[in-house]
Amino acid sequence: MSQTLQAQSNFTQEDLPSNAVIPVSPQGFKWERKHVIDSSQLSMAEVHEVLNTARSFAGILKRPVKKVPTLRGKVVVNLFYENSTRTRASFELAAKYLSAELMNFSIDTSSVKKGESLIDTAETLLAMGVDAMVIRHGSSGVCQQLAKHFGNRLGLLNAGDGQHDHPTQGLLDLFSMTARVPDLKGKKIVIVGDVMHSRVARSNIHFLNLFGADVHVVGPSTLLPHSVEMLGCSAHTDIESALADADIVMCLRMQLERQRSGTIPALSEYTRLYGITSERLTRFCKADVLVMHPGPMNRGVEIASDVADHPEISLITNQVTNGVAIRMALLYLILSTPS
Amino acid sequence: MKLLLKGGRVLMPALKNEQASEKSMDALLDVLIEDGRITAIGDNLSESDVDTVIQLKKEQWVTPGLVDIHVHFRDPGQGSKETIATGALAAAAGGFTTVCMMPNTSPTIDSVSVLEYVEQAARKTKINVLTVPAVTKGLEGKELTAMGTLVSKGAVAFSDDGMPIESAGIMRKALEYAKMFGVAIVCHAEDPSLCGCGVMHEGYYSTRLGLPGIPSSAESTMVARDIELARQTGGHVHFAHLSCKESVALIRQAKKEGLNVTSETTPHNLALTDATICDYDPNFKMYGPLRAADDQAALIEGILDGTIDAIATDHAPHTPEEKLLTFNEAPRGVIGLETSLGVILTHFYHSGKLSALDVVRLMSTAAAECYGLKDAGILRQGMPADITVIDPELSWTVDPNRFFSKSKNCPFNGQTLQGKAILTIAKGEIVYDESGLLDGKNQAELLASV
Repeated sequence: MSQTLQAQSNFTQEDLPSNAVIPVSPQGFKWERKHVIDSSQLSMAEVHEVLNTARSFAGILKRPVKKVPTLRGKVVVNLFYENSTRTRASFELAAKYLSAELMNFSIDTSSVKKGESLIDTAETLLAMGVDAMVIRHGSSGVCQQLAKHFGNRLGLLNAGDGQHDHPTQGLLDLFSMTARVPDLKGKKIVIVGDVMHSRVARSNIHFLNLFGADVHVVGPSTLLPHSVEMLGCSAHTDIESALADADIVMCLRMQLERQRSGTIPALSEYTRLYGITSERLTRFCKADVLVMHPGPMNRGVEIASDVADHPEISLITNQVTNGVAIRMALLYLILSTPS
Repeated sequence: MKLLLKGGRVLMPALKNEQASEKSMDALLDVLIEDGRITAIGDNLSESDVDTVIQLKKEQWVTPGLVDIHVHFRDPGQGSKETIATGALAAAAGGFTTVCMMPNTSPTIDSVSVLEYVEQAARKTKINVLTVPAVTKGLEGKELTAMGTLVSKGAVAFSDDGMPIESAGIMRKALEYAKMFGVAIVCHAEDPSLCGCGVMHEGYYSTRLGLPGIPSSAESTMVARDIELARQTGGHVHFAHLSCKESVALIRQAKKEGLNVTSETTPHNLALTDATICDYDPNFKMYGPLRAADDQAALIEGILDGTIDAIATDHAPHTPEEKLLTFNEAPRGVIGLETSLGVILTHFYHSGKLSALDVVRLMSTAAAECYGLKDAGILRQGMPADITVIDPELSWTVDPNRFFSKSKNCPFNGQTLQGKAILTIAKGEIVYDESGLLDGKNQAELLASV
């Protein structure tokens, strides 16, 4: 199989500006994880390993030839049960930059529509020689169920499960934040919006706590989940007090669906109460405040265009770039771990 | 055929309107069974003419056969999950001699013809399988079933269990109508507009796991509504599978006011909380959902002070394939017939919260009284010989692969429990035995005959 895959690849080592980038781990640390499915499972040492690895891969994105043979012969499947363009593309490019073969498994045209179970689909792909799967699914916990079934026979990356977790997003956000604010300890980070339905918020709350940040969430009470404080944050419904002296503001996507389901009365009211505008940032936050958004943005709803596009304040483009580096790092780490 | 149980600890709680000091029984006695009836209970009963003498240890309990007033046997229509035959086997193995089947089969038990099919299959089992037909046709919550006719054919109560009766107007009519026949309406308390797409208790753990929550109010608002309808109509409402502290408080108050309400909770709601749903195992998904620790504490208080009359399993079989689905998608329900007694003894008798008589009351005598069953839950002379012999100390490990139930969806998988039914006698016949006390008869023969 590996011969076939090499034959398909157009690249040989001679074409490349350098040899494979092989990140060096700190002494005494050995990455042993085949699955990254739950933010809370990662230890501090593992998080640093991911960030360090991503740092050594980030440079590849700026090269004229964006391809290294580090994962040549490895096969990754994007198994997306939910619509996604950005995350899927990010994983796809991450795999390709490392010379892994990537296949997008389209759920619409597959037997999944005919009732095949997720485990059967994954078993089938594994039998075809797949090394790792990147999974996005609308139901929380599917990655745990798959991990329980497959153990170390298969690499697994959670690309977002239901409202539960989105570890690669949490890690890329952490990467983007620490690039600008190296020590997050005691920094006030405010997550704004639909926390209830947000796996991004849950992942971020976890990593920010791990790094000692002062985490706050703010949003309409109908979109703050029960006992959210117990995740390790202060909860607000008032934007002013939430934003007071904030170092970083993280917007969440506000979906029109919330208006239809009666959770909020109107997007316009949401914007009036919680929209992140330069006026609000200037009035309440620290002078050097940074703004983030996991995308896709609803400009003019949860974030004003001038904020999103502001070259000093907005980290949004950095997040997108760093997403590829983080996913390269995670693919590299889990695929270098023996089965 | 004469059968003598010698020397066990005979336990029989007082009935609802009796003085416990006079009528409850807890003594080392012999029990004589003749032709399907209990003919004598006393000291040193004579062994002459007795066909089988079973010598028990004084630590072993002799109790009225256990009664489960809430089971789903999926028959007709979903035989891959359970049938009346396999459900009855599971019941016998769990120490139950009487079970009451809920009507959400396919087709629904909402007509005489379907009820007759069920009764016929029930008569082929060796235990008492009774039927709780639907309140409304097709469980649609719109038109009442022919309750009068169904009662004359054996119905013991009515329920749309699995579905709430959303219309308060229909619930009112159901309570008024059922009152004429002296039967209860069993309420599955769930307001769908509050439950939404919820799959577990709304609280810290649903937030952490990212699973949509079911607020306690989804249950308690309907409990409150139906208490008011019981007040208005004088009808009997029985609340099924209670899960939250708010419902317990409402029912406690209703009982204080003398309203005609009874209630049950489940072994899983008593023994587990939402904190146990840690790895998204759909075998922990059911309605009423596992709730928070303070809800669990309120349920325990409820069974201790009589607010909750009975423990019922809500035995709800689903196939392993269905329970391989995601937590969101998998069907609700867990089985319980073969673990109920062990769970209650382990968690509540051995911990000192419940006495032996409390266990028998909650799992047999008072459970039968909820539906007004005259021939169940009573271990007295002249009554049908439905008897369970329990070894409260026997330690065993739950292994769903060894269940008699067709389904394996059990949240207690792998737990070691202390206490088990070792001999089940229904209608005077031994229907389950793992006592090792019977000569010449082995388990396989017995089971083949059930």
